[in-house]
Amino acid sequence: MSSRTKKITFLGLAAAVALILSYIEAMLPPIYAAVPGIKVGLPNIVIIFLLYRYGVREAATVSFIRLVISMLLFGNATMFIYSAAGALLSILLMLIFKSTRLFSTVGVSVVGGIAHNLGQVLCAMLLLETAEISYYMIVLTVSGTLAGVFIGLAGALLLKRINI
Amino acid sequence: MKKNDIVLIAVLLLLAAAGLLLFNALKTGGDTVVVLIDGVESASYPLSVDTEVFIDTADGVNTLVISGGKAYVRDADCPDGICVSHRPVSMVGETIVCLPHSLVIKIEAKSGEGDIDIAI
Repeated sequence: MSSRTKKITFLGLAAAVALILSYIEAMLPPIYAAVPGIKVGLPNIVIIFLLYRYGVREAATVSFIRLVISMLLFGNATMFIYSAAGALLSILLMLIFKSTRLFSTVGVSVVGGIAHNLGQVLCAMLLLETAEISYYMIVLTVSGTLAGVFIGLAGALLLKRINI
Repeated sequence: MKKNDIVLIAVLLLLAAAGLLLFNALKTGGDTVVVLIDGVESASYPLSVDTEVFIDTADGVNTLVISGGKAYVRDADCPDGICVSHRPVSMVGETIVCLPHSLVIKIEAKSGEGDIDIAI
């Protein structure tokens, strides 16, 4: 098998895993803090793995594919817009922070998680013309940081153990 | 985990804490519940009057309940139900959002906005 085919196959697998993770996450008991709907962001384990193992193009592509399939299977167009906004800002900031070489996967993942929330909040503020939605960022920053640490550590573990 | 990661995390948590303190210091009790659909104000109700409202958005229905000076969503037919699980709100700036229905329920203080008593 050529290495190109191998790569395409692996990326397809990665997209599937990311999709399943988002599904599992949706089934987990909700964490009701001040802001209901707080997520851990499990699919980002896959994204950050791809970002470090391959690069931003592969990570962004799989992230996008995952969102499209997720929308087709479970959601609707509105949710896709919010998720896409979050994913876009997330990949962008993760790339920037990774490029500085100042942080480990943990730092990059923390930034990625918070950026994802920020993207969704900004999108909501724009579409719903309500500035007060920004208040959610207070709680989302804390939960995003905690989750980001976990995601970053998991990603680092995968990067160490998986030889593709 | 590098040292920079810890610095980053500390800064973020500090920012969040600062934001919380700021919000708590500035928060004031509201008196009006404003309903916005797609960013456009569609109705407003006084917090002081107990009432039930069936908000009919283009994408679904949410039941807004105002009771005991607080507002909350009792039920909704949106796929995630985040609006229903949100705790009741009553402070200026607090919101309950139903993204699938593009619905925002927010608390305002219609009487006496800010510290300005007279504007000439």
